[in-house]
Amino acid sequence: MTRKDLHPLIMIALVVAVTLFGRVLPTWTLSLATVAASNALISLGIVVLARTGNVSFGQGLFFAAGGYGVALIANAWGLTDAVAQVIVGAACGGLLGLVIGPLIARYSGIFFGMLTLALSMVFYGVLVKTTALGGSDGFNVGRPSLFGMSFTDPREADFMLYAVSVIVTGFAGIAATILFRSEFGLASLAVRENNLRVEYLGLSANRIISINFAIAAVFAGASGAFALMAQRHIDPQFAYWTTSGEFVFVAVLAGNQSVAAVFVASMALELVRSFSNLYLPNTWQLVLGIFLLGVILFLPRGIGSLWIKDRRKRRVAADVSPAGGAAS
Amino acid sequence: MNFFLTIVLDGLIQASWLFVVALGLTLVFGVLKILNIAHGSFYALGAYIAATVVTMIAARGLPPSVGFVAMLLAVALIASAVGWLLERGLLKMFYGRDEVVLLLVTYAVFLIMEDVTKLIWGVNPIYATQPYELFGNLEFAGLYYVGYDLVLIPISAAIGFAIWFGLNRTVIGKIVLAVIHNEEMSVSMGVRVNRVYAIAFAFGVLLAALAGALTAPKISMQPGLSSDVIILSFAIVVIGGLGSVEGAAVGALLVGLARAASVHLMPQAELFMIYLIMAAVLMFRPEGLFKREMARRI
Repeated sequence: MTRKDLHPLIMIALVVAVTLFGRVLPTWTLSLATVAASNALISLGIVVLARTGNVSFGQGLFFAAGGYGVALIANAWGLTDAVAQVIVGAACGGLLGLVIGPLIARYSGIFFGMLTLALSMVFYGVLVKTTALGGSDGFNVGRPSLFGMSFTDPREADFMLYAVSVIVTGFAGIAATILFRSEFGLASLAVRENNLRVEYLGLSANRIISINFAIAAVFAGASGAFALMAQRHIDPQFAYWTTSGEFVFVAVLAGNQSVAAVFVASMALELVRSFSNLYLPNTWQLVLGIFLLGVILFLPRGIGSLWIKDRRKRRVAADVSPAGGAAS
Repeated sequence: MNFFLTIVLDGLIQASWLFVVALGLTLVFGVLKILNIAHGSFYALGAYIAATVVTMIAARGLPPSVGFVAMLLAVALIASAVGWLLERGLLKMFYGRDEVVLLLVTYAVFLIMEDVTKLIWGVNPIYATQPYELFGNLEFAGLYYVGYDLVLIPISAAIGFAIWFGLNRTVIGKIVLAVIHNEEMSVSMGVRVNRVYAIAFAFGVLLAALAGALTAPKISMQPGLSSDVIILSFAIVVIGGLGSVEGAAVGALLVGLARAASVHLMPQAELFMIYLIMAAVLMFRPEGLFKREMARRI
């Protein structure tokens, strides 16, 4: 860690500040920010995984697993507490990730992406055909509460959701930052550069990928819980490939240098989407596509490169190269 | 026995057009190393153009055979132009980037094409059924089939053979293979790699659009067409091993037969049958059935 890195305490202060800022935001921005924060959470998981060089195109699987897990438990046992729902969602995603991660860790590149996509589409197919879960229509879930308080005023309910999602996503972001700076996080980067050399160093590349995969699944599951709370409805679309595609979209827009960039990218995407939805209802995908092309073209290292310049690049290079040097 | 034959024939009919789509996808991946998400959009583009041409021809009172030929010609022309322009005007700018970034570039093209087709052709389903009666009904071992469906099988086999022949037995094909095998070496031998890229991409788009045109009389064209097709053709090329013509053929057969079998035996499994096969194949052969041997660079 160098002097220039933000101290975790400052990051916590930032999260608190952003949460309190929600008090003065207009209601429509509040729900927009909630969606952006929960999308950022799942995309952050993709960034965590992408640091090992693998991109999952099937995060919708864990997103849906979290969402359906929470929805089923909420309807069966009347669990409405928002925080408990997030924990349940994260646990559902994480457990599934623990099962699938080790199986999938031996794949790389396109095949990794395609297999994750296949798995999530199998899940999608099963969900569509399961009439007990409402088939392709899905089913509804009640309004979430917080620590025994229920919110009937829509503005208060929106703020509660906003606060919970910002705080959870913020802490996930802080955890990810600490992870990125840790020895394990740097080893993950080394796996992307050259997994054979990592193996020669006595580390298991498969194990590193599996752990990162499980972390990404936990984030995706929690994000599914948020999406459920925001929509109060769940359907198989959660697991469809275009859903997963959008999360990869955010992750690539952000680049993998900065955690904050994921939030900015997610917010930017939501803004572009809702404004083009508002003013160009028939061509919002067109606008989104052009926006994406523009970012990829003009910001090759993602939105994060707007404020993280060469400093980070040099440091990563410096941290990775001794490992490479030792192996060769 | 008849039941079994029905499944096989249905599977072959499915496989025939899927093969043509997958061929384009696998060719583009083989040469440009891009997994093209917009490939399904080109299929849809071909289908829409075919429908427009067929309807125009039919409105003039000309016979459906003219419509059939005209739609194939129009689609071939427009699709190769679109492919060439896209490669030269857009994709070229992103070469050398990470493969996931290129994937996203094609995803952006997919999003753009979705809206462009909606703007041109609207959101209501359109049809081009006239050529479907072109070959009448055929009896095959006691089963009645629409002739058009059966004709698709030899057509796609011929297209597949032409591509295989072109790649393996002609000079241009050898150059393409050289670029696939070692790009740097090809450049130093004086191959114009840029041109090979443009031709390969245009060909990929052409194949997707052609498959769209061939299936246009059988289906209704509406939004969502492209994402269904892309997911199917992805499954096929991944099963077959990316970049392999033989792989695309085997993959298309597997997926076509599996779809037909599940439609007849287990309708509720149709949606995820393909992904089950794909996951099963990848479990045992992590890079598909026909993986090209590559030297491992350390």
